[in-house]
Amino acid sequence: MSKKIVTILVTAAVTATLLIVLFIFLMPTYGPRFLHPLMADSMPQSMPAGRAEHMMNAAPPAGLDTAANRLTDNEQFRVSFSSDLDPVVINQMHSWTLHVETAAGQPVENAEILVDGGMPQHGHGLPTQPQVTEYLGEGNYRVEGLRFQMGGWWEVKFDITADGHDTITFNLVLGG
Amino acid sequence: MSHPRQLFIILALLGIIGLAAAAYAWWPRPNDWTAAERATLQTLGLDSLPPLPADPSNRYANDAQAAAWGEKLFFDTRFSVNGQVACGTCHLPQLGFQDGLPLGKGVGQTGRRTMPIAGTAYSPWLFWDGRKDSQWAQALGPLESAVEHGSSRTQYAHLIATAYRDEYEAIFGPLPDLTGLPAAAGPVDNPSARAAWEGMSAAGQEAVNQIFVNIGKAIAAYERTLLPQPTRFDAYVQAAVAGDTAVMRDLFTADEVAGLRLFIGQANCIRCHNGPLLTDNDFHNTAVSQAPGLPEDLGRAAGAPQVLADEFNCLSAYSDATSEQCAELRFILAEGEQLIRAFKPPSLRGVAQRPPYMHAGQIATLEDVLIHYNTAPTAPAGHSELEPLNLSPAELEQLLAFLQTLNE
Repeated sequence: MSKKIVTILVTAAVTATLLIVLFIFLMPTYGPRFLHPLMADSMPQSMPAGRAEHMMNAAPPAGLDTAANRLTDNEQFRVSFSSDLDPVVINQMHSWTLHVETAAGQPVENAEILVDGGMPQHGHGLPTQPQVTEYLGEGNYRVEGLRFQMGGWWEVKFDITADGHDTITFNLVLGG
Repeated sequence: MSHPRQLFIILALLGIIGLAAAAYAWWPRPNDWTAAERATLQTLGLDSLPPLPADPSNRYANDAQAAAWGEKLFFDTRFSVNGQVACGTCHLPQLGFQDGLPLGKGVGQTGRRTMPIAGTAYSPWLFWDGRKDSQWAQALGPLESAVEHGSSRTQYAHLIATAYRDEYEAIFGPLPDLTGLPAAAGPVDNPSARAAWEGMSAAGQEAVNQIFVNIGKAIAAYERTLLPQPTRFDAYVQAAVAGDTAVMRDLFTADEVAGLRLFIGQANCIRCHNGPLLTDNDFHNTAVSQAPGLPEDLGRAAGAPQVLADEFNCLSAYSDATSEQCAELRFILAEGEQLIRAFKPPSLRGVAQRPPYMHAGQIATLEDVLIHYNTAPTAPAGHSELEPLNLSPAELEQLLAFLQTLNE
């Protein structure tokens, strides 16, 4: 009787241990999808490389808004960009056309626009100093001098002064 | 509970299946690459190298006659103050166009490591600090450096007139009259040559500058033809892109594959060593130490103002480019902390064959370079882009094995 119980308990304990060990050992294969969000957030960026693609380098934050057409931070303007180099790849000098309109949809003429940016996860800025070089009419502006020298998450920020002042940050995630 | 024995067997089977699954997941399959990894590998292979970019600042860039003549100049030691130094003295073809020394040695000793040349036609910036923005402008720097070729532009103009008149005129048209031109004059360190240069008329200076510039443009036409050669790594990338495991296994050992996996992943190498040339041709502070006995080297922070002020830059009268074609110079990042002690990463192609390493040959072996990146010391000045990698000695060995697959 007691021998039977001991056998069952030992077998159950061994199986449970095996399942727990398996859960841990198989983690590199199935990725962190079963991790509690609290644990996932506290994982260092340089965690050991597994097979999962998103672990190849510091991954951009989840839910990053990479839309190319958005309202500015204080919703003063709606701004969109299109790149001469499409898709944007690394190590190539290129230009963008920036379109600025009011939140109501009227093109914003002759705004003063400053460009900045960088890689928040690496702590460095842009490798060039892009500038708005020309107003093309109908709320369109030519931005020259863009070049990104590595893959990963980039921010490109525009500081816009027209009838009012506002800022916007576009996010790009580049490969390579 | 009436059949404990059956239950035991079921649980044991479950355990065995679990162990088998774990073994399957952990069994080394080094040549398995995800689609994203294959895409990254493809960007690094030589097949991804675009066609040679135009050099609008040099109208002779693709002139075969200029290239053939430029090759002669490259190896002609008469282009020096002592008749013993040519470009090829430090850029030795048999050593991948570098010299294997910590610091280049011309007529004196320079403060920097000699850089390899292959593929520099793709770079917007030349030298470790990018103080030149074209191959032809770069070639002119050492010719007038007191510790490299050590002479001056009027001496070179005289040499062209006596030794190369026909070849020069066939490419560039008639040489101007050089009578009365000082034997040695140029905006150089040597006080008498500098005084002689300052004593010349503006028209005389311009005529000499044109000859000097044409020398640079011919040498650049030759240097443009120096391109990286396919390596075992490039063959592996082709096999990886095609998904041909048998060929991959033939080409790379397990250590080399593991090293490549670190290279594109955990070791962060491709942040800077990206694209088919394995360099982004930009500028990075990687906490390399100040070389003992040399003046403080600020890297790009000093090079950026120099290229903006350079009399032979893309926007100069001697450049054949329109200002629209000089985007790199017009939108140069010329200020800021990220330029301090930032240096250009050389191509990693052939890297294992080119010790010592860094901009003043500070690190003797590739093993020690990897230890440097693994430990990420603090930069002597400015802000280092490195973070400690915490790779094991075995992983560093794997990276080292991989880097040798880039031998040419």
